[in-house]
Amino acid sequence: MSRPDDSGKIRLIQGNEACAEGAVAAGCRFYAGYPITPSSEIAEVLAYRLPAVDGTFIQMEDEIASLGAVIGASLAGAKAMTATSGPGFSLMQEHIGFACMAEVPCVIVNVMRGGPSTGLPTSPAQGDVQQARWGTHGDHPIIALSPWSVLECATLTVEAFNLSEKYRTPVILLMDEIVGHMRENVILPRPDELEVYNRVRPKVPPEWYEPYEDTPFGVPPMAAFGEGYRYHVTGLFHDLHGFPTLREDEIEPLLNRMFRKIWTNLGEIQKVETFALEDAETAVIAYGSAARAAKRAVLEARAAGRKVGLLRLVTIWPFCRRAVESILGRCRKLIVAEMNLGQISREVKRVVQGRAEVATVSRVLGRLIRPDEILSVIEKG
Amino acid sequence: MKPGHHLIYQYLRHEKKFPHVWCPGCGNGVVLGSLIRTIHKLQYSKDEIVLVSGIGCAGRMTAYVDFNTLHTTHGRALAFATGIKLVKPHLKVIVVMGDGDATAIGGNHLIHAARRNVNLTAIIINNHIYGMTGGQFSPTTPYGLRASTAPHGHVEHAFNISKLVEAAGGSFVARGTVYHVNLLDRLMEKAIPKTGFAVVEIMSTCPTHFNKLNLLGTAVDSLTWMKEHAAPVEKAKEMKPEELRGKFRIGVLIDQDIPDYQAEYHQVRERAKAAGAYRLDPQEISRILESNQCY
Repeated sequence: MSRPDDSGKIRLIQGNEACAEGAVAAGCRFYAGYPITPSSEIAEVLAYRLPAVDGTFIQMEDEIASLGAVIGASLAGAKAMTATSGPGFSLMQEHIGFACMAEVPCVIVNVMRGGPSTGLPTSPAQGDVQQARWGTHGDHPIIALSPWSVLECATLTVEAFNLSEKYRTPVILLMDEIVGHMRENVILPRPDELEVYNRVRPKVPPEWYEPYEDTPFGVPPMAAFGEGYRYHVTGLFHDLHGFPTLREDEIEPLLNRMFRKIWTNLGEIQKVETFALEDAETAVIAYGSAARAAKRAVLEARAAGRKVGLLRLVTIWPFCRRAVESILGRCRKLIVAEMNLGQISREVKRVVQGRAEVATVSRVLGRLIRPDEILSVIEKG
Repeated sequence: MKPGHHLIYQYLRHEKKFPHVWCPGCGNGVVLGSLIRTIHKLQYSKDEIVLVSGIGCAGRMTAYVDFNTLHTTHGRALAFATGIKLVKPHLKVIVVMGDGDATAIGGNHLIHAARRNVNLTAIIINNHIYGMTGGQFSPTTPYGLRASTAPHGHVEHAFNISKLVEAAGGSFVARGTVYHVNLLDRLMEKAIPKTGFAVVEIMSTCPTHFNKLNLLGTAVDSLTWMKEHAAPVEKAKEMKPEELRGKFRIGVLIDQDIPDYQAEYHQVRERAKAAGAYRLDPQEISRILESNQCY
């Protein structure tokens, strides 16, 4: 079991453990969850680690209650998270919507396994990508990140907390069974090497505080319960003070601000990684563990003299439209490799609009896509 | 002006919240009045009270009062409240729910909050029906009566909320009514400062749906019915079973001092900080198994 003083040393750990370590390093002090494979190790590590840093681990009666408790903890001022997999992620959708609407920072880790329903316990898939975007009802923006390595499970967990605190929004970490259970040698960053962002607290006296103020940045400062700022939090459409409203001059501005705070900061939120793309005529687009197979396929294609590169999506939502557009000029063919039946390739096609050929390696096999399965599509043209 | 009126100005929010959504004859206002009087009497500051509610008529209570207030999703108020309480134990977290909220969609959260003995006060307003959605039957609608979703008569049996919570665990269970207001104040006074999970079930009225569908007259008729059918626990002890038939007990049903979740979790933190795994004493294991309450 990991120790707090282990950062900075080489350790052989799995992605789920790294995610838990990242959470502690990011300042997470509350975890509520319900056991589900392949995410349970995150809960197990945090059950061990959080009480030692005066944090709280609680195993709730289901995933709905888990995210409810996480939101309550965040409203009380703590950084809080939960982790689950497909079936539990379905149950959490209700409270993901609440966290969007009430603008409560929190991190939801989904270590994806095959679905629908109980699906494949517990073989890998990336089938929850569109659910992460549209799973909860109503229009809402969402941020989702996807790590491809054990180290990134830690660093993107920190990033997920930073984005959630900065934009007062739930952030979803879309891991998959492979990165969750894979073990790699990593050197976890020391706490002083990490950039950790904490939510902005109100500086005005309580009588001036508007908890849902329309600030230029779009994100109102957030007071914690019990600090003198007595305000109302609800999942109903609300006015600047948080009180329920049915007025059209308050409904639309609220929704617009919820989108604006994310959409005007895409430059900071959206992250991609490129590999051998400079002169590439064909680009493979992939994310999570499938990107590892894609990178191998690119290396083998390069060895055979083909001009192929990799665009790895680190941010899944909001979709990295600009990154795809930037390679459209020189890449005539885009190959989207993912462990679902085309959940990101449809986004790519929407951006490409016929300006390049979009091929897919969309497989749900209960295992990782093999490099040769991607390579054969590269070689087709 | 009577002192009660002053409390309204002190504790209700002034801007844009009124008129409230409750119908004439609804018991929710009586419960809110009792809650405010009790908080005032116990001298809690408004900053240290967190009022959490679910969805339904009772759920709207949070918007009206000048505390830290959280209007959550249907049935899940106790889950949110658990998170708040564990992060800020010094806050007094009070949860208001209706019967459908607490025992149908939130039934699982209710029994587990009780089993964990989280230090929360749960106020369950039981009017035996879903009011806000239009008179559908709830888990406490009596067998044989009518609801908008039981036009041919209700064929399910009702939960006894107090017994349900009593069986699940917790430190304190009481039952009151919106007729016995002085008793209600006294029950709130005991429940709110109580360490551990404390439930006050309050028999209430819904003249708009429950009475109308079931030919029960006005809210006054409901209050009269409560007056005639409630048996204070102290008296109930001395009553014969035939005298008690058709009556329900009101007063403190359970009041016990058992460690609450925070006290237990404090031990977990101490063990975690001491490092090294939690070691079971082999001689203790059989004692623990024998004292397990699950069999």
